[in-house]
Amino acid sequence: MNDNINISLTVNGQKISRNVAARTNLVDFVRYELELTGSHVGCEHGVCGACTIRVDGSIVRGCLMLAAQADGSKVETIEGLSDSNEIADLQNEFHNSNALQCGFCTPGFLLTAQELLENNPSPSRNEIREFISGNYCRCTGYQAIVDAIEKVAKKRNN
Amino acid sequence: MKSPPFSYIRVESLEQAFDLIDQYGEEARILAGGQSLMATLNMRLSTPKILIDINKISGMDQIKLDNDKIVVGALARHTKVANSSDIKKYAPLVSKALPHIAHQAIRNRGTFGGSIAFADPAAELPAVSLALEASFVLQSRNGIRTLPAKDFFLGLFDTALKKDEIIIAIEIPIIKDDENYSFMELSRRQGDYAIIGIAAQGNIKSGIFSNMRLAYFGAGDRPLMAQNAINILEGERHTEELIKAVEESLSLDLDPMDDLNGPASMKMHLARVITSRTLAEISA
Repeated sequence: MNDNINISLTVNGQKISRNVAARTNLVDFVRYELELTGSHVGCEHGVCGACTIRVDGSIVRGCLMLAAQADGSKVETIEGLSDSNEIADLQNEFHNSNALQCGFCTPGFLLTAQELLENNPSPSRNEIREFISGNYCRCTGYQAIVDAIEKVAKKRNN
Repeated sequence: MKSPPFSYIRVESLEQAFDLIDQYGEEARILAGGQSLMATLNMRLSTPKILIDINKISGMDQIKLDNDKIVVGALARHTKVANSSDIKKYAPLVSKALPHIAHQAIRNRGTFGGSIAFADPAAELPAVSLALEASFVLQSRNGIRTLPAKDFFLGLFDTALKKDEIIIAIEIPIIKDDENYSFMELSRRQGDYAIIGIAAQGNIKSGIFSNMRLAYFGAGDRPLMAQNAINILEGERHTEELIKAVEESLSLDLDPMDDLNGPASMKMHLARVITSRTLAEISA
């Protein structure tokens, strides 16, 4: 029986090969196996968004995908998006707009916001709210997060 | 929580999947999008011995026009279906429903076929399939059969899919001239499971309702067609009296459950509200 699976994938541009338990999900894999603890674990059933990770260019719930399923895929976490400066403007604006307090939800929000702006470069506040509705924040009350994303969208379009 | 231990095989073909289903029977589960299955496993609501990952079976995610039907491969991700210009043109009710499915990250993995197979009574696509009189293409080692949506949803998370079958495609008749559609979902927050919802499409030539399909979700143990309401609408124009008769008939066909959202009576009230709004929208 295949309880342990050999996987090969790239994570933040780096080739990785590991043997994983079949039931290991992607967010636990990056956190425990690769020590990339920027992605967080919240509800473990897909609703809170803290585990949001990018796989083959699209955001997914790291808690609802098995590491085994990422064999052959390109995985990007907050560490990768940050190191490459891809989301530097979002990170700066979140800081300036006070869009984070404890920071637990923030990596998930940044990945989600980046996908929003890729799909829809000039979202209305309503469209922003709708798109980020899959990420929970217990600290900020969300307004500042919407502000930050709106500001980045405007700056990127100039 | 973490899921219990299981084994895992990623298959390359349907034949390989059928072999494993033969071998493991009830102890195997098909893994497609995993957006419902993995949540269930993480909460330990089910303990399969092996997951059969079908995501790499090629050719099962295409969206193709086929004469008077548009055919969606069962592995088509919700995001792909949402972005499809063919779906917008030929099955706009589907396009209207899709943004209501959970959230972006879930739509990036979840599949059309998975939503149908799981048959959550509060889900959008089963009700949309009923309203569009879609058919599901089911394949097993022994061959292929096609089942209309109205014969597929049998009870709570219970469908006509046999243990050795996999859904491979959904066939949707394309929208006709003179048809109009409407989709409404009430939920507490964006992306939540529906409290109540309606998927409707029908002919409205010269302002007369004909061949209306009103399919409800969150209204019972499976998606339900309001057959009495449909009969009342047939051949009639939109009037206040007609809508009142339609609303009163809903209790004959819908059977929502009390739950944390509220009592069944509340849901029936909401069903009447969204029905009248839907019919107003269709006849506008």
